[in-house]
Amino acid sequence: MAEPLLRVEKLVRRFGGIIATDHVTLEVPRGELHAIIGPNGAGKTTLIGQLTGHLMPHSGSIHLAGRDISRLPAYRRSALGLARSFQITCLLADFTAADNVALAAQARAGHSFRFFGDARKERGLREAAMSALERVGLADRAGVVVSRLSHGEQRELELAVALATKPQLLLLDEPMAGLGITESARMVRLLSDLRKEVTIVLVEHDMEAVFALADRISVLVYGRVIASGTPDAIRQNEEVKRAYLGDQHVVVRHG
Amino acid sequence: MKSAFNVRHLVSVLLVAGLLLLPLYSHLTGNVFVLTLFTRIVILALAAASLNLIMGYGGMMSFGHAAYLGIGGYAVGILAQEGIGSGFVQFPVALAVSAFYALVIGALSLRTRGVYFIMITLAFAQMAYYVASGLARYGGDDGLTIYKRSDFAGLINPGNRVQFYYLCLACLLVVVFLIWRIVNSRFGLVVQGLRSNEQRMQAIGFPGTRYRLVCFVIAGTMCGLAGALLANNTDFVSPAVMYWTRSGDLMVMVILGGMGTLFGPVIGAVAYLVLEELLSQVTEYWALIMGPLLLLIVLFGRGGIMGLLGRLSRG
Ligand SMILES: Nc1ncnc2c1ncn2[C@@H]1O[C@H](COP(=O)(O)OP(=O)(O)OP(=O)(O)O)[C@@H](O)[C@H]1O
Ligand SMILES: [Mg+2]
Repeated sequence: MAEPLLRVEKLVRRFGGIIATDHVTLEVPRGELHAIIGPNGAGKTTLIGQLTGHLMPHSGSIHLAGRDISRLPAYRRSALGLARSFQITCLLADFTAADNVALAAQARAGHSFRFFGDARKERGLREAAMSALERVGLADRAGVVVSRLSHGEQRELELAVALATKPQLLLLDEPMAGLGITESARMVRLLSDLRKEVTIVLVEHDMEAVFALADRISVLVYGRVIASGTPDAIRQNEEVKRAYLGDQHVVVRHG
Repeated sequence: MKSAFNVRHLVSVLLVAGLLLLPLYSHLTGNVFVLTLFTRIVILALAAASLNLIMGYGGMMSFGHAAYLGIGGYAVGILAQEGIGSGFVQFPVALAVSAFYALVIGALSLRTRGVYFIMITLAFAQMAYYVASGLARYGGDDGLTIYKRSDFAGLINPGNRVQFYYLCLACLLVVVFLIWRIVNSRFGLVVQGLRSNEQRMQAIGFPGTRYRLVCFVIAGTMCGLAGALLANNTDFVSPAVMYWTRSGDLMVMVILGGMGTLFGPVIGAVAYLVLEELLSQVTEYWALIMGPLLLLIVLFGRGGIMGLLGRLSRG
């Protein structure tokens, strides 16, 4: 079998007494949209953080396209083609939307030890930024400072920033958190478009979206993967029903 | 937004014009003192501008920036004492030693954030202060008198008040120009991005510390230049220029003028030092008025004088 784009093996991460990631093993082949679901506090964000290098695992390994990236710092992983969006919006609040995306394109373009030319006048960077903004429907908001964008627009910008680094693997941590119905629908449409171009790991509480989009789903509970399979298989899975999808657990929308 | 920019623009232009014409005013009125005062102001404005690069644009609250004034000054003073009077040697050495000091201090302190960074930069500057105090051969606590100003082979005569003033002003304007280019360059955007949100910058692929360190070294080198000029201006260098209160003065100038604005530190330096001068002529307790006044501006005038100008023109 070909090497999967992402291979996670026996990943463990503790916070004091609790095990937030408990021997997680996961494979995501190139081209797949892999959803990770689980109740609040299951360890989804913690897992994403370890994949991107914002958080170091205590044991286990992470391979990207066959290369061991378990110990690489976040910026190196980004250079290797990993991009993320944050559950809690994480942008340069005092920069314009265009600047946010252009900086991502700039990171992609190599080192930034250039001290003299006006970076905002670099055609290549601006064009890359505009095309990413267009992609998410924010082209007409390019010149607006992030702190003046609506929550929904900021979520879209998160995605544009991630796209501008031209990633192989996109890690999305609840891209729909806090979005209204129309905004959510737009995001789903966008993701179903994007999945044709890039491998995606999607963490999401919106079950409708997850089951519509995912090729495969892994269910995380108390840091453990209790099931992994196609949407149909997950729907049928008894353990998942008991632990998560069943009626004793109300699946809440985040907001 | 646009008009705010224009008022700031206007004030900056007027400021530069005023500084350029000052020797003429001094000549016409026969007021020599104003030229002496403003030479000092221009030099300290240069130091403040360099501090603004790391503090305003880079978010690095260095509380030890006056160390470079001492390092640049001692480089000139020690070389002069040892018989090397050429400015073409003294100034490059002053810059190089400042850069090296910044590299070492930066590498050690930039791992820390917030209050720790403030404390560690302060600690290093105080160390520099005590080292200078211990240089018995070069005057120790009492400082070192420089008997001959830097020699620029007849190109400029630093002994001539007007020429020296213009030398300092030229240095200031060149440094402000460089800072303007830097903050709009790829490098500058990265540094400002790191100030805004380091986690985001790392996620898109920027190793933060590396960029911060280079910025720290650039700012230190620029301030070393101010130190070399200051020593020439006073014909003297002593550990006192490195004392933590001097670092504090520079910070106040930056905050007063407006952090992260191009001409803010220059306006801040002018306002601070002119105010100090005027108040000290009125009363010997000037510090009692100056302190609370600055506190008010820092607490309520968000964005300093530049911020005030921006709000003013927006109505
Ligand atoms: N920095 C931290 N320090 C201590 N505990 C943490 C930290 N980050 C996460 N945890 C804990 O680890 C567990 C997993 O948290 P995590 O944020 O990964 O869950 P999640 O699945 O993303 O939840 P949600 O659906 O609410 O976003 C939780 O019990 C949480 O309290
Ligand atoms: Mg989470």
